Amino acid sequence: MTVPVTAMPDDGATSAFEAVDLRRSYQLDGVSVEALRGVTLTIGQGEFVAVVGPSGSGKSTLMHLLGCLDRPTSGVLRVGGVDVATLDDTRLAELRNEAIGFVFQSFHLLARTSALDNVALPLVYRGVSRQERRARARAALEAVGLGHRMGHRPSQMSGGEQQRVAIARALVGDPRVVLADEPTGNLDTRNGEEVMGLLEHLNAERGVAVVLVTHDGEVAERARRQIHVRDGLVELDTGAPAADGEAR
Amino acid sequence: MRTGEALVMAVEALRVNRLRSALTMLGVIIGVLAVVILVAIGTGAKNAVEKEIAGLGSNIILVVPGQVGLGAAPTQSRLDLSDVAYVRRVVGDPSKVTVAVNSGEPVRVGRTEVFATLTGTDQYLPNVFDRPLRRGRGLSATDVDTRRRVAILGAEVAGKLFGDLDPIGRQVTIAGVRFRVIGVYETIGSTFGVARDQEVHVPVTTAQRLIGLPRVNGIAIGASGPDEIEPLQRRVVDALRARYPDEQFSAVTQTQLLGTIGTVLSMLTGVLAAIAGISLLVGGVGVSNIMLVGVRERTREIGLRKALGARQRDILGQFLIEAVLLTTIGGVVGILLGVGGALLIQALSPVPASITWWSIALAFGVSAAVGVFFGVAPARRAGRLDPVIALRAD
Repeated sequence: MTVPVTAMPDDGATSAFEAVDLRRSYQLDGVSVEALRGVTLTIGQGEFVAVVGPSGSGKSTLMHLLGCLDRPTSGVLRVGGVDVATLDDTRLAELRNEAIGFVFQSFHLLARTSALDNVALPLVYRGVSRQERRARARAALEAVGLGHRMGHRPSQMSGGEQQRVAIARALVGDPRVVLADEPTGNLDTRNGEEVMGLLEHLNAERGVAVVLVTHDGEVAERARRQIHVRDGLVELDTGAPAADGEAR
Repeated sequence: MRTGEALVMAVEALRVNRLRSALTMLGVIIGVLAVVILVAIGTGAKNAVEKEIAGLGSNIILVVPGQVGLGAAPTQSRLDLSDVAYVRRVVGDPSKVTVAVNSGEPVRVGRTEVFATLTGTDQYLPNVFDRPLRRGRGLSATDVDTRRRVAILGAEVAGKLFGDLDPIGRQVTIAGVRFRVIGVYETIGSTFGVARDQEVHVPVTTAQRLIGLPRVNGIAIGASGPDEIEPLQRRVVDALRARYPDEQFSAVTQTQLLGTIGTVLSMLTGVLAAIAGISLLVGGVGVSNIMLVGVRERTREIGLRKALGARQRDILGQFLIEAVLLTTIGGVVGILLGVGGALLIQALSPVPASITWWSIALAFGVSAAVGVFFGVAPARRAGRLDPVIALRAD
């Protein structure tokens, strides 16, 4: 926030995320701990990126910043061309709702709610009518192959199915990007494979950018681009887009 | 998010924890119930007393010696019949003024004896008080002037002494002196615990001789209309003070009596309602407590909702509506039970209960306000949760 915001070129529409010298520090017992120490990267529309790193590397912090769940201590972050520093908490919530879909390791479904209503939840906060919500949620569930499970509750479904419901929920609002935090971490190999296949399919078919956060090298291998994070810094970026990927 | 959506969510959240919701509501239910019933009883008592006062007659001014007020000691009367004549001159119309001399005396017929309130009065009593006769006649001027030993019995005295017999023309012995019954009053109930059906009226002159004192206890004046009450009252008191500069006189009107008693009973009702209100407050604290537990339990859910785009005000609204729903449902149940309880008390006990709309509206309003007041803190806590931390909670 201390970095002056310069006038942006009209490339906002082509990049999902643009981070410049992103830093995030926490106060722990009065001691300042830097989780991110200056990350600069650009993720374009429709990319499939894996953020890889050991635990404590700062990759979760990076994901929280990219997901607008948290704000950087300093540096600039643009999501879909919008500088998040200019947004108040309400506008930030609206940006999350419209631009970002989340998939979590532990699914985070509402336990007593049907798959259909779980998927429709983001649209509730967008003020979409009940009828339209249900129609869109139905379509999203069909897209992940769960058209026959709409009335089921999470407890009545397998882990793989639950994660597919979560993916449908991430997609229902037509986001620019899906942020998946260890999406296969709680799944067996077969279900993990299925979920990865689904994410790849959605990326290819719909052009939704997918940012995968994982410490699993095998999962990361499947992404076209890998960003290795270590000690709060980008250690290696395998395929930054040529246009604006030059390290600054 | 729309309010309708939040309402559906809140109902669902309350349904999930049915027992907990019901127990939390119970605190509010008991509070509202207590408010409604106690206010109904207080109001009922006030109405009953006001009805009694109104039952005396209309536009009455009572002149008594000394200071009248709550807690004032009864004063020895200095007034006698010459003062009554004086007041009659001041008022201008002698027929609008009557007098009372009171004494508790035994009244006997044969072997049957009852204790009655002997009231010495005069022929003008019916012009001032509503005292309809069932049988016979009232006092005449001659009865008073010649100190006749005639009596008019209250309905209860007549019933106890004579049963089904017609008392007119029969003899009764009052304090050892024989009287002839000339009339019987209709049953009229009691005023301020004074059982007026237990009164025996005799000529004031006769009563003074019987008691052995030439005093009167009070003078009653009937004003011709509500507008005349106050000037008349002032005129009479001023005249009496001019006559007796060292004495205190008070003139009490029904309106003042109603006002004083009404104030006392309203205060009583208020105190009862306040005590009941405390239990409503305790119920509110219970709501607050349970909401805080709910926020803690649902931290992950709150984190998720925020990640999916819920704004702070969406979360705040969701929890606030939940709290208000708890207290308003509790309020409605409490009102229904309170109204039912008040009707039951009315039907099964001598305690009068009067349900007033304002107490119901107030109880509902207060319970909703309790929901808002005690819901705000937990709801704000929920709304301000950091999504990153909330998502990690277990």
